[in-house]
Amino acid sequence: MRTYYDQNDLKSVIERLTDAIAAAFPPGKPLAIIGIRTRGDTLANRIVALLGKRGYPRIPQGTLDITLYRDDLTSMGPKPMVRSTEIDFDINGIPLLLVDDVLFTGRSVRSAMNALVDFGRPSAIRLAVLVDRNGRELPIAADFAGLTLRDVPADHRVNVRFVEDDNVDEIVVEPK
Amino acid sequence: MSKDHHHRWTRKHLLSLESLTADEIRHVLDTARSFTEVSRRSIKKVPALRGRVMVNLFFEDSTRTRTSFGLAAQRLSADVIDFSEKTSSTNKGETLVDTARNIEAMGVDIFVIRHQAAGAAETLARHVKASVINAGDGAHEHPTQGLLDLYTIRERFGKLVGLKVAIVGDIANSRVARSDLWGLKKMGAEVILVGPPTLLPRSFEQLGARVVHDFDQIIGEVDVVNMLRVQFERIKSSQFPSVREFTRLFGLTHDRFKRCKKDVFVMHPGPMNRGIEIQSEIADGPQSGILTQVANGVAVRMAALYLVTHAD
Repeated sequence: MRTYYDQNDLKSVIERLTDAIAAAFPPGKPLAIIGIRTRGDTLANRIVALLGKRGYPRIPQGTLDITLYRDDLTSMGPKPMVRSTEIDFDINGIPLLLVDDVLFTGRSVRSAMNALVDFGRPSAIRLAVLVDRNGRELPIAADFAGLTLRDVPADHRVNVRFVEDDNVDEIVVEPK
Repeated sequence: MSKDHHHRWTRKHLLSLESLTADEIRHVLDTARSFTEVSRRSIKKVPALRGRVMVNLFFEDSTRTRTSFGLAAQRLSADVIDFSEKTSSTNKGETLVDTARNIEAMGVDIFVIRHQAAGAAETLARHVKASVINAGDGAHEHPTQGLLDLYTIRERFGKLVGLKVAIVGDIANSRVARSDLWGLKKMGAEVILVGPPTLLPRSFEQLGARVVHDFDQIIGEVDVVNMLRVQFERIKSSQFPSVREFTRLFGLTHDRFKRCKKDVFVMHPGPMNRGIEIQSEIADGPQSGILTQVANGVAVRMAALYLVTHAD
């Protein structure tokens, strides 16, 4: 199994993901994008920038912090800082594209959906992830995935790093 | 450097600002900032404390603090129970612990306690398994009020370091003054305490404050004036000549307000005695942060409740 993807690989994975999103949401059709903090938000920024280059009009974009919706806080190590959710547009009746870096157990996505319904009733919620890996604990699947990894050992993590957050662009499969 | 913020918060109780480090205070304020967004949503509720129970254990009258904690808990989806009791027993410590243990046996996660005895919250924390938040213990401390004052000042000026803050009035009987003083000093602000010698002993200088008995002497140099409530119920008559005299010497009157800095920020922990420590028009005016303090209080208390129940 390949365990390292460098900045060029990452770039083409995001391009591929954006192609799939663009095919499903042509320019001019309603769409809003919500990134899950922290790296889902960074990924959302990159996707929106790429769609912009392809002639998309401005896409409403928001940021979701799911800390307050997690079901695993008590069992976690150092607690994540609670940060704010920023959705400054009306999500009622429009399709939302939820963006995260890695889809693993599905629990973050569940938390994100619970958070989103507190803001309104979108016409649909779709899920785009950079890496779709094995290990689901909930009946959740990605609609768009840049990279699919089916046999990551259970004791390994898939770490996505972005220049904006970590000073490097890479995807690494490494032991926990 | 990674932008992932993983701060360690290790305190199961929030008992005083004296015991917190500057980093811990900053962590509470930053967390509170994230919670202000929840209050702007159409559904002002998150599930972070779902299934937890908070008890307001109030041995002294309070409307706004109790309401503020109640609302904060409800916005985090916790269940809230109000328990008020005026104690007359001399053996208050024992009554308090017994009362709390009885309530705790019903399954309680957080006690928010107000008591007339200094140290009551700390005593309680030693005897229960639940988290304890001090909502005012005698003239000792009122940490969430201190934190919401720090928060409100920081939001207004964008910083705390280097600001000059006057706290005016009955300092000796004020737990708010003590919590504000500890918090402001730790965050790098300068604190000037102002009041008559009977209500402001020189010993406060040992806590790092400037002690001034003449309000007019410092009126033009401060960025913030925090006017304390005259606590008639706590004052012995010998300490306090007359209400008119107090207003003349230590009230925020129109005349004094004119001599303040142009962008002075006026605060009051409430409830106000209008026309005594502060003139109505100033309290309701554009430079008043009094209602902002109340609004910020909910977010700060949400942060406090969240943090003490998620301590590492």
